[in-house]
Amino acid sequence: MPQIAQLGEFYSSQIFWLLVFFGITFFVVGRGMVPKVMETVASRDNQIAADLKAAEAARAQADAEEASWRTRENANRAEAQGLIADARSKAAAVTAEKLAGVQARIDAEIASAEVRIAEARRSAAAEIEDVAADATREIVSRVAGLSLDDTAVRGAVKENLVHG
Amino acid sequence: MDRVGRLGSIGDRGNRVAAEAKVDPMHQFQLEKLAGADWNIAGYNIAFTNSALWMAVATIALIVFVAGGMKRQVVPGRWQMAVETFTGFIDGMLAANVGKNGKKYVPYIFSLFMFILFANFLGLMPLGVVGVHPFTFTSHFSATGVLAVLSFSIVLIVGFAKHKLHFFSLFVPHGTPVPMIPIIFVVELISFLVRPFSLGLRLFVAMMAGHVLLEVLSSFVISGGNAGPALFLIAGLPSFLLMVGICALELLVAGIQAYVFALLTCVYLNDAENLH
Repeated sequence: MPQIAQLGEFYSSQIFWLLVFFGITFFVVGRGMVPKVMETVASRDNQIAADLKAAEAARAQADAEEASWRTRENANRAEAQGLIADARSKAAAVTAEKLAGVQARIDAEIASAEVRIAEARRSAAAEIEDVAADATREIVSRVAGLSLDDTAVRGAVKENLVHG
Repeated sequence: MDRVGRLGSIGDRGNRVAAEAKVDPMHQFQLEKLAGADWNIAGYNIAFTNSALWMAVATIALIVFVAGGMKRQVVPGRWQMAVETFTGFIDGMLAANVGKNGKKYVPYIFSLFMFILFANFLGLMPLGVVGVHPFTFTSHFSATGVLAVLSFSIVLIVGFAKHKLHFFSLFVPHGTPVPMIPIIFVVELISFLVRPFSLGLRLFVAMMAGHVLLEVLSSFVISGGNAGPALFLIAGLPSFLLMVGICALELLVAGIQAYVFALLTCVYLNDAENLH
């Protein structure tokens, strides 16, 4: 077993070179390079954490903005609904007023027309009476040869006209 | 003529015996001086051996590997991802075993884990195909022992620096009945002092056993092949198939032993940091 057989001859060399090369490994790799590698890892982790936090904050802000937009939107919508209702009621009022005015005018026209009609009827009736009285008197004078009193004729005509 | 033929066959047999004798499962652990046979420090020889050469190869490979992951990109490439996976693995292991105090040991544990891992893997590389014979220096307890002693020293230094003499309370678990304290203290002290040995020997034994097994099986393949087609079919071929499987197992063991070494160091560091 060379490990034991050669121990006396080589132990100092083994120990010396192992310390030399492990020392180089420790100081160059362990102390020199590993911290930098781990620093890179740590900075990456930090960056990822920061990015995540920023994304989280951005999302929260977006949520808040959306919420505020939503309230604004709701307010706007309500306002718009109010405006529409207002306009509608105003328009309805105006229409109603206009309709009322027109109705009044129409009613007045109807009333005056009725008055005119009544008047026309009355004058027509008077005229018919006159004509009828005249005709009656003429007929009586021609047929009977009587000269009737105007008032009596007129009274008889009126009576006949009224009672048909 | 006949005699020459017989001599030839004897010579052949002699060669075969020599060839068989060459398949020495322990030969792969032989240390050889490559340079500086007369280099000395305070009377101690520090010749540059094949073992030291492979320590250097592992160190350079590790530096190249980690340097390849130093691009420091926010979105890592594959290589950077691999290196960050290893640092994250060590970081997680220390966080799980020591807590947040463990962060400062990441350079040491990372170096330890990766150095052993690279050493184990490099020793398993099939470089013999191209004529280079990899040497697994983690199969020498003179090397693993240094790492074990290093880890144990750090535990001792941290423990006594942080808890002063209170560190000895480590050997008296909570709730020990008073009359049991002397015995428990001795038992715990022994188990504590055995740690560097178990740490170093475990790695050394695991690596050596695997390499010996591979070598023994390969000698079966070669001997079986030399002994004729029948024996090759009976012994050589199954041994070869077994070797393929055991090579995969050895790759697993190489990783596991590096992990166990690093993990146990973490556990021991936890004792030193937090007592228990």
